[in-house]
Amino acid sequence: MRESRYWILSLVAAACLVVLLGTHLFLMHLDTLLAYLGMANPDPLDYSAVMARGRSGGWVGAYILLLAFSLYHGLYGLRSVLSEVVSPPGQRMLTWAVIAVGFIAFTWGTYVVIKSSLMGGV
Amino acid sequence: MAVFKIQRYDPEKDGRPYFQTYEVPVEQGMSILDCLFYIKERLDATLSFRASCRMGICGSCAMYINGLPRLACETQVTSLATDTIEVRPLPNYEVIKDLVVDLAPLFEKHQRVRPWIIPYDPVELDRPTKEYHQSPAELERYLQFAYCLKCGLCLAACPTVATDQEFIGPQALAQAFRYNSDTRDGGDTERMAAVDTLHGLWRCHMAGACAEVCPKGVDPALAIQLMKREAVFGKKKGRARLADPPHAVKLLPGILKAPEPTVKRSEGEI
Ligand code: SF4
Ligand code: FES
Repeated sequence: MRESRYWILSLVAAACLVVLLGTHLFLMHLDTLLAYLGMANPDPLDYSAVMARGRSGGWVGAYILLLAFSLYHGLYGLRSVLSEVVSPPGQRMLTWAVIAVGFIAFTWGTYVVIKSSLMGGV
Repeated sequence: MAVFKIQRYDPEKDGRPYFQTYEVPVEQGMSILDCLFYIKERLDATLSFRASCRMGICGSCAMYINGLPRLACETQVTSLATDTIEVRPLPNYEVIKDLVVDLAPLFEKHQRVRPWIIPYDPVELDRPTKEYHQSPAELERYLQFAYCLKCGLCLAACPTVATDQEFIGPQALAQAFRYNSDTRDGGDTERMAAVDTLHGLWRCHMAGACAEVCPKGVDPALAIQLMKREAVFGKKKGRARLADPPHAVKLLPGILKAPEPTVKRSEGEI
């Protein structure tokens, strides 16, 4: 596949990250702002709140998408940066190393999210 | 009197590069290349540098003069506004000797983008029957890029080439754009495949140093950005119309006769 396709994908991932990370930040870390806006939210790190998110299919899907987009965007950027300093014989290995890291991280992250969902959101 | 600090290095004899100093009586109108010839002819015949046309056409005399890649024959000593002039070989290339660098990577990368017209109709190329018609606006689209003289200054200035020797570089990318924008050419797909790669278009960080140093006013940075747009959104390109060569034209007084048409009429044709 042409490099421009990978590059477009990383832009699409970035655009999705803006939405997903924005939502994450807003709901998890800006609860003071939420309260100020009159949208009082129970403590997002409260046990029952974590459980509720873990059980919700929407949250599970959003977590998996967030993981996929951030891994793709970050690892594509990392490969681009490293490809400028790694000499040609090592570049194929670099690409495979990046794919392997991405695959392991994605599998592990997805496993955690799905497992906790199956356990009733622990 | 100007003091020239010139980097000397003979890989076969010297362990590392060193500077040698020469004093040159500079007169109004002397270029850096004139001074180098003065040194070679009167002070030190062992100094090596490359030059040919002495008029900014061949691109041979590219070197690093007072901190910038420039053509020695186009750089007036007085324009540097200093009496101390440091001359080094172009960065980002292997040094062959003193100020002579190995330009092979420049030409190899240039060749990779197929810098020639790849016709839509190879039969018409082999046995031309007509002439290609191109409007001034169509010519304008690629004209500035066609001025490239392959001096290699842009690769010497490029920060990406400095770290990524595999980067195809501003010169070749500008030439890919030049031929892709030519309405007589049908080789876009092949050229795009050569430049839309890990070490192609997308390695350009838009520093713009190539455009700053180009002695011919070519803007490779612009070509690269325009080609990135084409890589993402595709490109619509008109085809040059094939037209009969003009004939039976009556010249106005004072206008010279044009050269003979390149396409000869077959016998019996009017
Ligand atoms: S684009 Fe300009 S600087 Fe680069 S090789 Fe061509 S003439 Fe030289
Ligand atoms: S000698 Fe030809 S460009 Fe300078």
